Amino acid sequence: MINSLTDILATTILYMTPLLLTAMGGLFSERSGVVNIGLEGLMTIGAFTAVITTLETHNPWLGLIAAMIAGMLFSIPHAVASITFKADQVVSGVAINFLALGVAVYLVKALYEGAGQTPDVQEVLRKMPIPGLEKIPVIGPALFDVFPTTYLAFIIVFIGYFVLYRTPFGMRLRAVGEHPQAAETMGVNVYRMRYTGVIISGALAGLGGASLSIAIGSQFSESTIAGQGFIALAALIFGKWHPFGALGASAFFGFAVALALKGQLIGLTNYVPSEALSMLPYILTILALAGFVGRAEAPAAIGKPFETGGR
Amino acid sequence: MNAVEMKGITKRFPGIVANDRVNLTVKQGEIHALLGENGAGKSTLMNILFGLYQPDEGEIFIREKKTEITGPNIAGELGIGMVHQHFMLVDPFTVTENIILGSEPTQNGMIDQRKAEKEVQAISDRYGLKVDPRAKIRDISVGMQQRVEILKTLYRGADILIFDEPTAVLAPKEIDELIVIMENLVKEGKTIIFITHKLKEIMRICDAVTIIRQGKFIGRVDVADTDESRLASMMVGRDVSFTVDKKPAQPKETVLSIRNLRVKNSRGVDAVRGLDMEIKAGEIVGLAGVDGNGQSELIEAITGLKSAHKGEIVLNGKAITNLKPKAITHRGVGHIPEDRHRRGLVLDFSIGENMVLQTFDQKPFAKGWTLQYPQIFKHAKRLIKEFDVRTPDIHTPARALSGGNQQKGIIAREVDRDPDFLIAAQPTRGLDVGAIEGIHRRLIEQRDKGKAILLMSLELEEVWQLADRIAVIYEGKIAGWVDPATTTEEEIGLLMAGGQVGTEVSS
Repeated sequence: MINSLTDILATTILYMTPLLLTAMGGLFSERSGVVNIGLEGLMTIGAFTAVITTLETHNPWLGLIAAMIAGMLFSIPHAVASITFKADQVVSGVAINFLALGVAVYLVKALYEGAGQTPDVQEVLRKMPIPGLEKIPVIGPALFDVFPTTYLAFIIVFIGYFVLYRTPFGMRLRAVGEHPQAAETMGVNVYRMRYTGVIISGALAGLGGASLSIAIGSQFSESTIAGQGFIALAALIFGKWHPFGALGASAFFGFAVALALKGQLIGLTNYVPSEALSMLPYILTILALAGFVGRAEAPAAIGKPFETGGR
Repeated sequence: MNAVEMKGITKRFPGIVANDRVNLTVKQGEIHALLGENGAGKSTLMNILFGLYQPDEGEIFIREKKTEITGPNIAGELGIGMVHQHFMLVDPFTVTENIILGSEPTQNGMIDQRKAEKEVQAISDRYGLKVDPRAKIRDISVGMQQRVEILKTLYRGADILIFDEPTAVLAPKEIDELIVIMENLVKEGKTIIFITHKLKEIMRICDAVTIIRQGKFIGRVDVADTDESRLASMMVGRDVSFTVDKKPAQPKETVLSIRNLRVKNSRGVDAVRGLDMEIKAGEIVGLAGVDGNGQSELIEAITGLKSAHKGEIVLNGKAITNLKPKAITHRGVGHIPEDRHRRGLVLDFSIGENMVLQTFDQKPFAKGWTLQYPQIFKHAKRLIKEFDVRTPDIHTPARALSGGNQQKGIIAREVDRDPDFLIAAQPTRGLDVGAIEGIHRRLIEQRDKGKAILLMSLELEEVWQLADRIAVIYEGKIAGWVDPATTTEEEIGLLMAGGQVGTEVSS
């Protein structure tokens, strides 16, 4: 029983990592007032770039960095469309999703003679146990013997909180997402803040994608991301657009995945079919994205294009 | 010395010249009024001075030095601060956070919260602007929010302050407080530009006035050399009457009666707490009170926009409590809502479509499943003509009309349905004297036709002029009834503040 608990906890932590990284990315974009439904696509391009880079350089760390850069680059069209040209942010985000998936799948086929997936990466990121802490019963193996991307995700939560709530940059970013006209009259450059928010979201979502393709998995195919970007967005909403909220919500979604995968260990599948458990994160995501949860907490200016001198 | 001099400012927007060679000269240390009707171009001129817009032609001198103000940043550096009419405040932020936003004191890269709070407190003490530095904007009163807006400019070291219609959102007592604040600021060496269309306030505190009309410069006069009616005719371009012409009311049978009504506000707290009221045909009952004493909730309950959890509302002998808004509308309630943008109009619909918002599904505007646009537009054309709604045509989106014309449209729609009971909530809010005059005349006309009218206004003056009886609301109850012919400002003021006054007026 103890072993099963450890197993479920470890699986939760494993699967919450990409969600958490991506949700933290979404946090920066949406707090600045730009809806980012393109997280899915940004994860996709990150996952793809990480695999390709690692295959070429045999260095997964370079893979991570390349994934972040690719995510940033792919977020720029979304920023240009929705901030500079004031396009509908949801439409622009959806376009990013299609574009990223199309580009990634096409390049895989082009690079690997029409294959549907990349070869396996040999030099994937390995779990990094923290000496001493990993020996703690139950939580030791689950929390302190994990992939580097998981440590990174937790660190980013704290950095994110600090940046958003303790620094002038964070305060301006949040102000721009709540009341851009007010921020502008105070001399804050709304466009620059929003661009920054969207590009940070690209970097972190790229990282989130990489954590799926070169840590949890070891290759890239069309189904590597499979809706994780949308679940991350739902985690952001469930988490009320707050770093610690996103942490909790990602853990919750990770737990739902763990139940689906490891439910039989604790006999859960005797009562609930495992298919139903697998559906759980997606159902919660629909509820979140359809607006049944959390809308009241959203940044006030989210989704609204900003016009200088407007009211 | 001239603090501000704007010469021959012209600003064009697509299809309109918002400012046409406008001049503005403001002396150091004076309170200078910028007077004009809605849409006259006051805000455009001030947005140019504040750097939000660039003029197409003209020159700006600040403290006699020629300058180009290319952004709010530059305006800030020149010591120009703006107190916006629509407050530029971030609701979930604290008072302090709003004040320091954009020029935050830091320590090791972090915002130095303690230092910021201390500075805010110091400025607030110096100018007598009472605020709670740690309170969130969403939790404080409108008056305090405005003080935060003023503090924002002072924190940045502004000494030329632009006040954009600052009294529009304030209750009478808050206006008095604001005037004291403005006088303090001038004593401390600040210069104030006061945008307004309220003549009384100009006469009371300003030194000089610049008048603009339809984007053009009309003149600059010293307040000492002019009076209200001269200012009014300069502003409107014709003579304006200030007094409301009306005969004594001839109240008949009771149309609306409310008994022991209780309504919760959006936070779930009782805002109307056992209110009783009767309104008769052929009279205007004025509802006076400080904002937030249950006026909005009362009106929302009568019109079915909010449910009452106790008590009864009876219209023409039949209970209408908690019926659907549509049912209430069709039983004979007309509503000129407080927030004309949110509840009075569908801003993106044409003004023609807005004329049938309640009747679109009835003959002759609908036949079976389809709308009869020829009928709708015919109807709209008639109303627009009858009520003098100035619009390019009936297909113009309601959003593009001036506030006064939007309001005329709403009144046309509501009055034309011929309701027995008409609610007018803040019917002249934000409008200029010309438009106000017309709307007041309409309300009196409806009264004389035998309608029962409930007039809610935060402008005591307006209630006083129009109402046949005044009910003063305080904390969700009628604190007392007074007769406008015999009451005094002290008496109403006392009731509005929750004090007791003996007289009941029977009608």
